[in-house]
Amino acid sequence: MSPSVPLQEMIRAIRSARTQCEERGVIQRECAAIRAQFRQADNEGRSHNLAKLLYVHMLGYPAHFGQMECVRMIASPRYSEKRVGYLGAMMLLDEKQDASLLITNSIKNDLSHSSQFVQSLALCTLACMGSAEMCRDLAPEIDKLLRSSNSYIKKKAALCAVHIVRKVNELGELFAPAARSLLSEKNHGVLHGAVVLITELCERSPETLERFRKSVPELVHIMKGLVLSGYSPEHDVAGISDPFLQVRILRLLRILGHNNEVASDAMNDLLAQVATNTDSTKTAGNAVLYETVLTVLDIKSESGLRVLAVNILGRFLLNNDRNIRYIAMTSLQKIVGTDHIAVQRHRGTIVDCLKDPDASVKRRALELSLALVSASNIRSMMKELLNFLSTCPLELRAQAASGIFAAAERYSPSQRWHIDTILHVLTTAGGDVRDETVPNLIQLITTASELHCYTVHKLYRALLQDISQQPLVQVACWCIGEYGDLLLKGDCQEIEPVQVNENDVLDALETVLQSHMSSPTTRGFALTATMKLSTRITENVDRIRSIVSIYGSCIDLELQQRAVEYNALFKKYDHMRAAVLERMPIMEKNSTGQTNGETTGELVKEVQPVKVIQGQPPTQPPASQVCDLLDLLGDSNDSGKPSSSSAQSSNNTSSPGGDLLDLLGGLDLMPPTPVPTIPVYEKNGVNLTLSCQKQSETSLIVTLTASNSTDADITTFTLQAAVPKSVQLLMKAPSGDHLPACGTVKVTQVVVLNNPNKVNLKMRIRVSFTSQGVAFQDTVQVDSLPECR
Amino acid sequence: MGGKMRFLLLFSRQGKLRLQKWFTPLTDREKKKVIRDMMMMVLARPPRTCNFLQWRDLKIVYKRYASLYFCTGLEDQDNELLTLEVLHRYVELLDKYFGNVCELDIIFNFEKAYFILDEFLMGGEILETSRMAVAGSLEEADTLQEVKDQTVYYSVPQY
Repeated sequence: MSPSVPLQEMIRAIRSARTQCEERGVIQRECAAIRAQFRQADNEGRSHNLAKLLYVHMLGYPAHFGQMECVRMIASPRYSEKRVGYLGAMMLLDEKQDASLLITNSIKNDLSHSSQFVQSLALCTLACMGSAEMCRDLAPEIDKLLRSSNSYIKKKAALCAVHIVRKVNELGELFAPAARSLLSEKNHGVLHGAVVLITELCERSPETLERFRKSVPELVHIMKGLVLSGYSPEHDVAGISDPFLQVRILRLLRILGHNNEVASDAMNDLLAQVATNTDSTKTAGNAVLYETVLTVLDIKSESGLRVLAVNILGRFLLNNDRNIRYIAMTSLQKIVGTDHIAVQRHRGTIVDCLKDPDASVKRRALELSLALVSASNIRSMMKELLNFLSTCPLELRAQAASGIFAAAERYSPSQRWHIDTILHVLTTAGGDVRDETVPNLIQLITTASELHCYTVHKLYRALLQDISQQPLVQVACWCIGEYGDLLLKGDCQEIEPVQVNENDVLDALETVLQSHMSSPTTRGFALTATMKLSTRITENVDRIRSIVSIYGSCIDLELQQRAVEYNALFKKYDHMRAAVLERMPIMEKNSTGQTNGETTGELVKEVQPVKVIQGQPPTQPPASQVCDLLDLLGDSNDSGKPSSSSAQSSNNTSSPGGDLLDLLGGLDLMPPTPVPTIPVYEKNGVNLTLSCQKQSETSLIVTLTASNSTDADITTFTLQAAVPKSVQLLMKAPSGDHLPACGTVKVTQVVVLNNPNKVNLKMRIRVSFTSQGVAFQDTVQVDSLPECR
Repeated sequence: MGGKMRFLLLFSRQGKLRLQKWFTPLTDREKKKVIRDMMMMVLARPPRTCNFLQWRDLKIVYKRYASLYFCTGLEDQDNELLTLEVLHRYVELLDKYFGNVCELDIIFNFEKAYFILDEFLMGGEILETSRMAVAGSLEEADTLQEVKDQTVYYSVPQY
């Protein structure tokens, strides 16, 4: 057995290893030696061995085999061994390990040891890793120590009590009386511990808080003593007497004065005194001032004091020290809702902080700036914010963009300004905007009818410049498709007229279609736009026809489907083309109802269904139009839509208008992956299939689809369903009750199931209908629903 | 509830951990994640930037002293400026104890660094605000440890 090397030699050996592999080798040897030593009963170097293991542990190597050694060492009568043993316990054991319970008894014994240093070890370890059980067990002991005459023990017992209260809330009651009496201590360590303990008790129990309000005068007195005292070498930090204690007292005062007039009055003078007299040249002083400001702003302070506090923050904003500027903005952010006008006064400085090279400061400045945007300063603020957007670090761009959109939406002085602003953001940071931006912008554009010409010209020019920013390109394509006639007319008051001819426009769209930078969604937009132009241009319709037919064999499923449908529109349904592709009506938008003071501006998270007001002829082409809208609104991931869902949507156009919205809402929830369908019933000409989609752990959406394979129509078609007892069932309105002959139209029935007990799902379905004057009724049982994802 | 430190880490510019003190129970895996994230974030900061960062729901305060970064995570209520003073105080205590402390002292005497920390902080809160008091207790405890013979102090039996 190789002799174990003292700790420092081992460290040296590890450090001189030149490679990771060599280091591992040294450590393996050492651990083997340590293990061997642990097995030996009595050993002079026990504490050295454990210390070595702890070092190895800190390097990241496993050391759990040392846990029992810690337990043994803690029980040793030797102080040196206890010391390392307890250190080991704090490093290797936590309340989750079983071994931690084994030291409870040692701790209990050591808490009443004759040596204060042994007691201190026990207190420290308990406060570090004591479990709730251990805390409950030892709480009375701690309470006793709180009343000891030894300051060294008292201060440690106080913080140990804090830990106990954090673990076991109810024990707070036990410590309250002792805590109260500790406030009359002179020793700063004990006093500090007492204040921390009282703070913890008050935060957790309103009754205790009420009782400790009586201590406000006492706390004020202690604080005054600290502020007015002369230089004390023991406690001085940069001219402030014990800033640590001062800050804790201020925090306790904050809790006691919050929402309470009487307590707030009692501390008013003191706070004013601290605010005006504290030296603010060094961090220690500023720490105290900072805490004072936080307290003033959180209690029921006099208005004069409040103004003083905000002014201190204003001064902080001008401080050279970045740390100070940062915390000033953090505090101002907290009060921007309540003291809006006061904070507005410092808007200039805050906006300047947007240009600070430090990313932390920039972030704070951004949040605060967004909170300060108002109707009166929107134009100047937006200039700054747009400037910021073009130079800000990448991680802030998304936040900045969405904040700008929210601000623009609330305070736009004009629609044109609004559109310009959004376009600016899209050209600068198009890649970082949220997906809803595109439909939101489109909706906005449709409402600004006088600006259609202006908008389409601007977008067209932006498109010519740069086709890499997808959201911008998508909106541009949509506008060109929709307002292409205005683009070609050329005359527009708001913008310099430029002659645009049809081929140019088609070239632009084709460039987008063919570019490798365009995402599949974007290409979809471009193709649709091209198609729409077929009714808005006069000469180059054939070119459009050829583009559309080329994409009929495109490898992208989505594009191919569209192209095929548009082809069909040209060929079989040409008489409807004009009607289908005519101008869209103004889209209504469900307002998000943004509240005051919301800075990050949560934009519409879920895409709002669009109310299509025009009538829906129940044939295929409008369905593709509906599909278009769905893609526009719902398909933010670029997976192609499976053909089954388009069939579904086309069927639903035959139903009353309300259902269309339901369907759109429903499709928002479901991810667009193909769902497995199983045939459930095939008799008497009725083909019924079933598919499921998992909504959550316990809920499921089942869709039943029925079609008619006979030559005669089927009427009064209804479905009823039954499920096991614990399962809750909700049947939505069916899409209809009429199944026309030869399965041209299907009927769908959606059933929502909630299975909280997760029982095996079975369903019994009763089918009733009339065919050629004969009534049919049948029941079928589905024993297990298909695997749903 | 706010107001305490969640952890204190000391690490070198090369990403070597020199001290880790955890004030809340975390699994080994969680601890490793925190260490990784802290090192990544702090070591990436350019010089002369502010000492405060936001990470998850914690405020991170860090300060570089020679070759070592002192890094701590605070809960929402905590006073960041005061925490800078706390870090500074710890460095002062180390300096007083080791005499012109450097990273090597902390490497070769890591257990002492912990003992010093445990006389200054407890449960994530400040235990003693007086430098002299901390230094005094450490001296006494060290003397106790060095007493040869290892005189056994009989504990009062507990039943």
